[in-house]
Amino acid sequence: MNSAPSISSAPPPSAPPASSVSGKAVRPGDRIFLGLSRGSGIALLVIMAAIAAFLTVRSVIAISGDHANFLTFFEWNTSGPEPKFGIAVLAFGTVVSSVIAMVIAVPVAVGIALFISHYAPRRLASPLGYVIDLLAAVPSIIYGLWGALFLVPHLTGLYSWLDDYLGWTGIFSYDDQAPRALFTVGILLAIMILPIVTSVSREVFLQAPKMHEEAALALGATRWEVIRMSVLPFGRSGVISASMLGLGRALGETMAVATVLSPGFLINVSLLNPGGGTFAQNIASKFSEADEFGQDALIASGLVLFVITLLVNGAARLIIARRKEYSGANA
Amino acid sequence: MSNTVTTRRPVADSAPLPVSLKQPRLPRWAPAAIAVAAVAVGCGIGLVAGLESRIQWGLIGALLFILGTYVLAAAVEGVRQAKDRLATSLVWICFVLAVVPLASLIWETVVRGIKVLDGYFLSHSMGTLPDALPGGGIYHAIIGTLQQVGLAALIAAPIGLLTAIYLVEYGRGRLAKAVTFFVDVMTGIPSIVAGLFILSVWILILGFGPSGFAGAMALAILMMPVVVRSTEEMLKLVPNELREASLALGVPKWRTILKVVLPTSIGGITTGLMLAVARITGETAPVLLLVWGAKTINNNPFEGAQQSLPLYVFQQWQQGSDASYDRAWAAALVLIAFVMILNLVARGIARWKAPKTGR
Repeated sequence: MNSAPSISSAPPPSAPPASSVSGKAVRPGDRIFLGLSRGSGIALLVIMAAIAAFLTVRSVIAISGDHANFLTFFEWNTSGPEPKFGIAVLAFGTVVSSVIAMVIAVPVAVGIALFISHYAPRRLASPLGYVIDLLAAVPSIIYGLWGALFLVPHLTGLYSWLDDYLGWTGIFSYDDQAPRALFTVGILLAIMILPIVTSVSREVFLQAPKMHEEAALALGATRWEVIRMSVLPFGRSGVISASMLGLGRALGETMAVATVLSPGFLINVSLLNPGGGTFAQNIASKFSEADEFGQDALIASGLVLFVITLLVNGAARLIIARRKEYSGANA
Repeated sequence: MSNTVTTRRPVADSAPLPVSLKQPRLPRWAPAAIAVAAVAVGCGIGLVAGLESRIQWGLIGALLFILGTYVLAAAVEGVRQAKDRLATSLVWICFVLAVVPLASLIWETVVRGIKVLDGYFLSHSMGTLPDALPGGGIYHAIIGTLQQVGLAALIAAPIGLLTAIYLVEYGRGRLAKAVTFFVDVMTGIPSIVAGLFILSVWILILGFGPSGFAGAMALAILMMPVVVRSTEEMLKLVPNELREASLALGVPKWRTILKVVLPTSIGGITTGLMLAVARITGETAPVLLLVWGAKTINNNPFEGAQQSLPLYVFQQWQQGSDASYDRAWAAALVLIAFVMILNLVARGIARWKAPKTGR
């Protein structure tokens, strides 16, 4: 039973007797198992392709029914005989809030990562890393709830202060409404992505070659000079890819934005005043009142978000993959 | 160098050198003293200038601390040491800056959530209770979350495990590379996009209504890449000698995998699965699109709208009355406790069952 299929399957390779000795004989169990595991690998690829395909199909329906330019129009009216909608405001809001989040989160995250890897007392360091990992698991809706009911009321003072000193730039002018604005969203997103950026950066900093650090110390460098000369150059690409992962999260975050932002279809130059929106937030808040065509329109905006996050994540992965090639020598 | 000099201080002191070899140093308590002074002055400025936001007090204090350290160190120890101290204080401030909001998040959730959290809250649904009134509970949401997450795990775990096995044990060539790359990319899919995908296929094209199962499918898509990644890491930790020993005894490859490789790495795989479950438990967006949220108990995940914990939090927040805020916080507390317990248990298993080669 065992040998029969092995002989029948063996002939294609050059020498039948050699193949059975070298263990190439395929047992039925092996074949089933290989088939199953390869099949699920293929299933994953199919799912990815299906996501792209079905979103595209529904988007085409929506965009062909759009009576305005989908990319540049400022409003979102999907009902009525002549629906007009565009993603300009959403793209602006998504990019701006994520950029604010990155600007705040990345330096702080690098600081915390350095703190855990090089500054904290040894006994404190590993529990801290543990806590940071735990915080990365807090669901986004809880960040949203906290942001809406705790953070927003506490920001008015800071915003009017920013308005007093930086109001002349236009970006930071603030007229004393509840600060459910893009800048608040940026701050909340920054807090949300801190743990993930920190934990990836910390891993990279811990891998920095000890020999380099000791050599620098032996030459009389201060701790900061050690970090600047040996740790940061080593960790640079790791930090970049960690930030890209964080950016991917910030771009696609739904609930935290939906709870904190008071949306409006206008591009508000002042980031401290309400208005604007993001792709994900718009989908979540418009979904319940959308008819089937409205849902298609939302799917079209989701497709744009999907493409953006694909690009960002793909870039991050490429950087990581390239890093692996040359860090192998150090390991 | 500075370190060596400080530890040899008594020797250096006793040596009668005309020019001291060691730089003058600030005493060890200096940073702490500067920090206290900076906070005091920051609060003072805040009080005098009448700034109502504590955030500003903190920022002013932090700024003063950085400036004070730098100037003092530059005057006493020289610019290089001052830069070192500047970096140290910046890193400490980053740490404090991050801890404050995160600690506040946990604190607020616990303090505000504990108010209405009791046995009644856990064992009753909302029923026909108007949203503005106190009372009601999250039983229906707990049922929904457990069923949806369970179904999602049932779909995602086998596919994820088998894919990881394929990548580690069989994967060569282009297919394996493509799968690896797309698993990585899939990790970054926004949850709402996964929801939209199931919406377009299951509801818009196939014409089914909202159900717990539809939500579970979207959650499964989010869970699969996480399971693949973590399982892959764990399988790679299994020493090759074990596989070779088993194969050398004539054990077929599939039995080697099932009886040798998987049992060796089962602890890590369980951890990965539990972390993935913890991650999807908190997902709201796909549930919002596909499960819709019901107020009453629906025990059948295959038909009709259901509720889930994160969606319950969101909907109670939307109601905007005091009673519903209380319920939202309480449900958030339950959710956070559930996720944290899953995480802690998972990491406990990882530590307890770690393969001998690891770490």
